[in-house]
Amino acid sequence: MTQAGCVRWRRQRQCWQVSHYRLFPKALGRLVAALGVRELHLALTQGFWRTRYWGQPPLQAPAGAELWVWFQPTVTDVDKAWKELSNILSGIFCASLNFIDSTNTVIPTASFKPLGLANGTDHHLLRYAVLPREVVCTENLTPWKKLLPCGSKAGLAVLLKAERLFHSSYHSQAVHIRPICRDASCLAVSWELRQTLTVVFDFFSSGQGKKDWSLFKMFSRTLTDTCPLASQSKVYVDISPKNKEKELLEVSPPPTSVHEAIVQGEKKTYAVYDLLSPLLFNTSRSLNVQLKWKRPQDSSEMPIPTLHAQRYVAGYGLQTGEICTLIYNTHPYRAFPVILLETVPWYLRLYVHTLTIITKGKENKPSYIHYQPAQDRRRPHLLEMLIQLPANSVTKITIQFERALLKWTEYPPDPNHGFYVGSSVLSALVPSVTAMKDMDVEQSPLFASLFPSSDGSSYFVRLYTEPLLVNLPTPDFSMPYNVICLTCTVVAVCYGSFYNLLTRTFHVEEPSRGGLAKRLANVIRKFRGVPPL
Amino acid sequence: MSLCSAPRPGRALRQRLSGLARPCPAAHPPAMGLLSDPQCRRALARLLLRLNTPLCVLSYLAGLTWFLLLPALAPRTYLSENAMGSTMVGEGSDLGPRALALARDFGAHKRKVGGMPVEWLEQTMFQLGLEVHRQPFSRTLPFPDEAHERYLVRGTNVFGVLRAPRAASTEALLLLVPGSEGSKNNQAVGLLLALAGYCRGQVYWAKDLIFLVTEHDLLGTQAWLEAYHDVNLTGIHSGGVPGRAGAIQAALALELSSDVLTSVDVAVEGLNGQVPNLDLLTLFHSFCLKSGLLCTFQGKLPPPEGPSGPGYAQSLRTMGLMVLGQAGGGPGGAHGLFLRFRIEALTLRGINSFRQHKFHLGALGRTLEGMFRKLNNLLERLHQSYFLYLLPSLSRFVSIGSYMPALGLLLLVLALRALDLWMRLSRSDEGEGDPPPEEARGGLLWLLPPILVSGGAGAALYLLPVRGQAVATQHFPVGEAEAVVLALIGIYVAGMALPHSTHRALSGGGQRGWMTLKLLALLALALLLTCLALLNFSLGFLLGATLVPPAAAVRPGGSRLPLAVLLVLTTPGLSLFLAVLLERELLEAPAGLGEAWQRFLGALGQGLLQEHLHGAHLSPLLCLGAYPCWLLLWNVLFWK
Repeated sequence: MTQAGCVRWRRQRQCWQVSHYRLFPKALGRLVAALGVRELHLALTQGFWRTRYWGQPPLQAPAGAELWVWFQPTVTDVDKAWKELSNILSGIFCASLNFIDSTNTVIPTASFKPLGLANGTDHHLLRYAVLPREVVCTENLTPWKKLLPCGSKAGLAVLLKAERLFHSSYHSQAVHIRPICRDASCLAVSWELRQTLTVVFDFFSSGQGKKDWSLFKMFSRTLTDTCPLASQSKVYVDISPKNKEKELLEVSPPPTSVHEAIVQGEKKTYAVYDLLSPLLFNTSRSLNVQLKWKRPQDSSEMPIPTLHAQRYVAGYGLQTGEICTLIYNTHPYRAFPVILLETVPWYLRLYVHTLTIITKGKENKPSYIHYQPAQDRRRPHLLEMLIQLPANSVTKITIQFERALLKWTEYPPDPNHGFYVGSSVLSALVPSVTAMKDMDVEQSPLFASLFPSSDGSSYFVRLYTEPLLVNLPTPDFSMPYNVICLTCTVVAVCYGSFYNLLTRTFHVEEPSRGGLAKRLANVIRKFRGVPPL
Repeated sequence: MSLCSAPRPGRALRQRLSGLARPCPAAHPPAMGLLSDPQCRRALARLLLRLNTPLCVLSYLAGLTWFLLLPALAPRTYLSENAMGSTMVGEGSDLGPRALALARDFGAHKRKVGGMPVEWLEQTMFQLGLEVHRQPFSRTLPFPDEAHERYLVRGTNVFGVLRAPRAASTEALLLLVPGSEGSKNNQAVGLLLALAGYCRGQVYWAKDLIFLVTEHDLLGTQAWLEAYHDVNLTGIHSGGVPGRAGAIQAALALELSSDVLTSVDVAVEGLNGQVPNLDLLTLFHSFCLKSGLLCTFQGKLPPPEGPSGPGYAQSLRTMGLMVLGQAGGGPGGAHGLFLRFRIEALTLRGINSFRQHKFHLGALGRTLEGMFRKLNNLLERLHQSYFLYLLPSLSRFVSIGSYMPALGLLLLVLALRALDLWMRLSRSDEGEGDPPPEEARGGLLWLLPPILVSGGAGAALYLLPVRGQAVATQHFPVGEAEAVVLALIGIYVAGMALPHSTHRALSGGGQRGWMTLKLLALLALALLLTCLALLNFSLGFLLGATLVPPAAAVRPGGSRLPLAVLLVLTTPGLSLFLAVLLERELLEAPAGLGEAWQRFLGALGQGLLQEHLHGAHLSPLLCLGAYPCWLLLWNVLFWK
């Protein structure tokens, strides 16, 4: 049910400049050159990839917008370049990337490594930010499509009809720019721009429980031609047999070839449709790939992936809370380490001493911890840990926080919706059950770059957990008038009279001298030597 | 010398100024004038002393009258939340037949398994396309629950999550059916499953939907809620919740035990007198009006429009029932447990009575669908409308601003009485009034025994019945539950006999002694009631209405009998009994004394259980707050 389109081309480079723009979009090329960008990864995602049920994501992205960039060592003021870059990207992709500022930017030390050619990995050149609240829609898709060399006029991109793409359970579009070797000798460097789109369609309700699909059913379009600029244009369909039983499903029309690869620890079989091969369009003008299950599927689910996670806010009330992360390692006998990157906004004040990591009822000491405390209104908390996950275990990581009271102008227009905490990032080398061969990069560049494996026995996985929605103590904004009135009254009446009482000096007053008669009587009494009245 | 003489001109000036101001205190703001002018102060004090009793009576009567007038002056409810207003959603579901079929299946499997058919539920929910999880729990009650016949409880909650497309599981709505033994709530489970199936096919969900079926009704609900929020408040043992869906914005609990229904009753009062946001109730009411369902509140239909005698009586009765329910502090349904977690929730009960016109389940299904669609449109948590209100009918409400003065007037009596005592005490200090008794000079140490004894009696009342049940069952031929209730009553009555002569152990007392003690009791009571007024108005008002008159009137000497009778009649324990009688009366099903006594005993047991199972505050409040206060007053009455 997953479609991953991937387009890739290269430009020769001269001194980290993009020299000509036949294929490479000019907007991005000039940006890369002007701001000294070495690597750029931008993902805009609507929805959440449910690893537990959908398996490992082919392309990882957190809900909302994610941007991480490596700058050239020649860049002197990285923060300034980062700010400028996010503002320009915001304009290019019509996204609210301009909201990236120091309060949501972090500098991870271990979680993100350069994916392309790199000399050094000085992490001060790295910037990472997630905007979990970003809503992705057609306005973001259109500029993304415009970056393609043929736009959405020809080739695979004709399928990308916004109306269908957003009628789905998950939508993620991404742009990755990195420098790569031009050939095996690596004497020259090229720029690679990779645009990816991941969409999950849900046919449960429309398909009456069947899992059959076709291109037309998903996109309400079929493929008719290729982009004239393309050197490769292929459709891969995963037809791996489950449970060793073959002949469970059939694809039509017959594929031009079958490709076998080991992806994320599993042996996969792909039916490949090469759009450039003339055989394909011989019989009919258009290609409508269809997949049919031969018998109705019973309740056999996807196998549970080796690594998956769950995150939630524990506790109730508006004072304190606890962020809990559960990390599952379902591998039957192999333990492996995982790097956890947690970014928490400053208005949740983390209590680091409450950080506990429990595995199988015992405390699990992380072998590496990098913690950068937040500064109010300036930067978020950053917590990076390297945790060993024993085989077949659940690791529970908890950390308590207190909810800050914001200044009343700092609340967004809908404060009672809650405040988002971005996804935390899990990066791990997961040991695979099946032994893997090093893939031939030249032969299948797409797979090699999509699913890199460090050696034969493990593969790299990056997972993002759920974003969290946290309620902060919120004043009742509809009552400022009442509050002002009440405060003024209290101050006027109570404070005034109390102040008066406290500062006034009291003295006992002599009884008044009385009327004229009394005064006269007193004068007479004085003369008589008798005490006055 | 010059230093000393320096302030003089200023002082003289001030004297002159105050001399100028003296004859005309009206020139100052009144409060300032009264406080700073000794003459005025004295006059006011004299007035308070002289008119104290009439003022107290007036204030008390005004408080009661205010409360009784509330139903007549209540405004109509209205929807404050814009996101749920203006546009009505269209409901397209017809769940009736499917719900009934599923309910029958559920019932059959339940009988076969002899409990909750967990496997069947999981499979059905999976086939409906939900993400299914189960959550086991177990709980040993502090003493056997006779009303539900349970002691060691084991159960499994099953819930399915409908994941909203393209949402990141940050918000959720919840539909809950508290499953119970027998065939109770089978139809509700059927309707829940049918609704889940229907909702799965819709594309407009922006929040996840959780469909939860709990076992052992409220116990299961409590276990699920605690596990979902990963807290342990009541010592329940439960497996974790394997799947979550973010912050739950609103929840509806459904109770339904018949294939057709004549009306739907809605329950709002939750644990410790909390109520959900008024908007949720208004939303329900608007769907009642739209779909033509007959909706009731506290089992009562809305009174006829316009001012009329019978209409007022019905409003008053409905509000009385709500006040009694709220004062009881128990969860008035499964929804009551959600409110603590800041999840707005309602319980809808399908009623099948002898009315002519019957509705099918489809009508209720459409109402639920419509409510969920509207809640789905929410951008923020429900917060626009009132969180503190009383309801004289489903369509009218009394807000906190209207009902608070009633309790304020009752509290004023205590304040006036306390002021009166304080002034009499301080005047006798100054030697103006009656000659100071010489034993009063011995400090306030003699106040300690009565306070300690009252507090101790309260603590014993709170702790002993549950802690000492094992001892009680060994020595007396009673069951644990009976032992607890009887011990409660025993300690309560014994407490009344205990302390009223303790102050004689130490030298003290006399006229000043009881006055000081009464002043203390009045202040403690006023403090308790003030706090209650903010937490649970109904409980505060009922306690105030009963305890204020004896608290104001009590004094030693003279004819003790009428005062003693008054005090005994208003003791919190007896008030509870009278409340049981009153509730049956308001429900128009009056109970005889015998039945009321049985219900009273049941209520005592349930009250204790609810404290342990859900964290209800009623029994600690009565045992540690109201009862010691009352004992102090009792002490004053028998002062020697």
